[in-house]
Amino acid sequence: MGRMSTAEPEKLVSVSNLSVHFPIHASGVVKRQIGVVKAVDGVTFDVFKGETLGMVGESGCGKSTTGLATLRLIEATGGSIHFEGRDISKLSRGKLRPIRQRMQMVYQDPYSSLNPRMKVRDIIGEPLTVHHLAGSKAEYRQRTDELLEIVGLHSYMGDRYPHEFSGGQRQRIGIARALAVNPSFIICDEPVSALDVSIQAQIINLMEDLQQEFGLSYLFVAHDLAVVQHISTRVAVMYLGKIVEIASRRDLYRNPSHPYTQALLEAVPVANPALEAERAHRIIEGEVPSPINPPSGCSFHPRCPMARAECKTVTPELKEIDSGHSVACHLFGG
Amino acid sequence: MALLEVKNLHTHFFAEGSVVKAVDGVSFDVEPGETLAIVGESGSGKSVTAMSILRLIPNPPGEIVDGEIRFEGQDILEMTDEQVQDLRGNKIAMIFQEPMTSLNPVLTVGRQIAEPIELHRQAPLDKALEMAKVLLRKVHIAEHDKRVSSYPHQLSGGMRQRVMIAMGMACEPKLIIADEPTTALDVTVQAQLLELLKELTREGHSSLILITHDLGVVARYADRIVVMYAGRIVEQGTARDIFERPHHPYTIGLMNSIPKLDQDTKEKLIPIPGAPPDLANVPEGCAFNPRCEFAVEKCRQQRPTLEPVAVGHYKACWVDVRS
Repeated sequence: MGRMSTAEPEKLVSVSNLSVHFPIHASGVVKRQIGVVKAVDGVTFDVFKGETLGMVGESGCGKSTTGLATLRLIEATGGSIHFEGRDISKLSRGKLRPIRQRMQMVYQDPYSSLNPRMKVRDIIGEPLTVHHLAGSKAEYRQRTDELLEIVGLHSYMGDRYPHEFSGGQRQRIGIARALAVNPSFIICDEPVSALDVSIQAQIINLMEDLQQEFGLSYLFVAHDLAVVQHISTRVAVMYLGKIVEIASRRDLYRNPSHPYTQALLEAVPVANPALEAERAHRIIEGEVPSPINPPSGCSFHPRCPMARAECKTVTPELKEIDSGHSVACHLFGG
Repeated sequence: MALLEVKNLHTHFFAEGSVVKAVDGVSFDVEPGETLAIVGESGSGKSVTAMSILRLIPNPPGEIVDGEIRFEGQDILEMTDEQVQDLRGNKIAMIFQEPMTSLNPVLTVGRQIAEPIELHRQAPLDKALEMAKVLLRKVHIAEHDKRVSSYPHQLSGGMRQRVMIAMGMACEPKLIIADEPTTALDVTVQAQLLELLKELTREGHSSLILITHDLGVVARYADRIVVMYAGRIVEQGTARDIFERPHHPYTIGLMNSIPKLDQDTKEKLIPIPGAPPDLANVPEGCAFNPRCEFAVEKCRQQRPTLEPVAVGHYKACWVDVRS
C-alpha cells in the first residue's frame, strides 16, 4: 500500500539488528562499568529509494540515536548498515568518507548547528571543499549560488552571517549544506520542531519539492505525529530503543495495532474543536521508564492496558501482521 | 461581571535606545469558569501578556506603560506591592512551562506546596504539609505520603509539572494562568496533565488562561480563543468560530499551514510567506500586511481596530476576506 508500482521497490538503506549501547561507569578513580544504557536495541528497517520513512517516539526512545548510528556519526555496538548495497558498518574512516557524500544530515536546531563566525556561503561550501568537489573559485561560487537559490534564498545572501537570518532561513541554509554534495539519502532530525508554526509549512514544502527534484530518500525523525503523517511514505514507531510498529503511513494512522501506537495517537489532540468535543481520550498512565533499567519482557507492559502474563517475561519480536505492516506485540502472536 | 478584564494593555521593553512593543494595545475578558486560550507564535506577546497580569515584568527593561487589568473589578496596576503579593498564588496562580527551573531545588516538594498555604491561609507548617499530601493525591502522584518529602530532582518531568499544578491549586485560585504548561513534556504525559488541569479547574470552578502555540491543545481545551500577532490581538472568538469561520488572514493562514492529524492527504500545505516582524521595528498599519495576500493600501497605512464580525467574534482587519 502507499507505493505506486507493483515492482519491489529498491532498497537504499537497510539497517539490520542495530544496537547502540552506552556503558555506565561508576564515579571514582577506577572507571568500573556498572551497567549499560541500551539506547538502541536491535532495530531493523529499510529505506526505499525516493521514499520518506518517518520515525516517531517520545524523548529517550532512541530515534535520534538510530539516525546518528545509521550515518555512523556514533558507532553502533552491534548490527549492520547497508547503504546502496554495501555494508558500511565496518568500513574504516577513510573508506567511509566518499560514502558520506551520499548520506547527509539536517539538524533540529538551526541556531546551534551553523557556525556563527562563518559566512553562509562558506557554511554551504565547506562540504564542497572537504570532498574536493569545487575545482576553482569560480566553480565554488557558482555552486554555492546555485544551492542558495535551490533552497529559496538569494545568492547575495551568501556573504552574510547566520545571525542575520530568521529561524526558517537558517533551516534552509542547513538544508543547502546537506545538498551540496549531491546526497541520495538525508536524515532529518526534528527539522521543523524548533520553528514557528507559520514557518514549518515552508520548510516541509521545500523538503518535499527537493525530494521530487533530486530523487532523495529521507529518514524523518520527529515527535509531531501530524507532521510525520503529512510527509512520510512509511512510519516506524519506537519505544525504549526498539521499533514497536512499522507500516505504510495509511495503515499506521488508520489501523494502529500496537497498544503504544494507539495510545500515542489517542493522546494527541486534533486541531478540530467539533471532533475533539466528541472524541474520547483513553489516556495511558505513567511515563516512559528509564532505559538504564527497562522493564522485563515487553518494555511497554507496565503501561499497557492489554498486558498479560507473557508480556512481563518474553520480549515480543517484530512480526508482519499484514503486507508491509509489522508489530512487536504478543497480542499478535498468532 | 467578567472575572478578569484586560483593557488596552501596553507592555514595552526599553533597550539601547529602541522600544520593543511586546504587548501593544491588548484587550480581552475572562469569564468565571471559562478556559481562554491565547494563541500565537514566539514574539507574539502571549507570555508577556500573562506576566503582565501578575505584574511579573522585570523592570528595567520592561514596563507596563498603559492600560488596566481589572480582577474582580479592581485594577491590579493600581494595587500596592503587598496587595499584588496577596493575589499571587492565592486568587491567581501561575503554572510555568519549565518545571525544573521554576521549582526550588533545595526544598522538598511538600514544603513548596505548603508555602502558599502558610502564607495566604496562615496555616501552621504541619497542617500545611498535611494539605500538601492531599494536593499531591489530587494531582495523581503515586505514594503521595512519601513524595511529599522528595526533592524536585528525584521526580520525573511529568511529576514535577504535577507538583507545579498542586502548588497552583493550593489556595483554590479563581484564575489559573498556564504558560505552555506541557510543551516540554512527552505526548502521553502532556495528555495526562491537560486532562488533569481541565478536571481541577472544572471542580474548583476556576477560570483558566491557557497560553500555547499548539492548535490541537486549543481545539480540545479552549472555550474561547485570542489570536495574537506582533503584540496585538488579530482575532478573538469562540473556539468553533476561530477554527470553523476564521476571519483574519493570519488565523486563516495558520489553519492552512498546519498538517492535520484527522486529514490523511498528500496535498501540499499552504505556508504563510515571510517571517514574523522584529518587534522593535513593526510594519506601519497592520503588522501582518507584508505577509498578507489580501493587503490593500489602507493596510499599509492605518492600524486596524478590533471590530465585531458576529456576536462574540472580533477581527482586526480592513479587508473582508470571507466574501
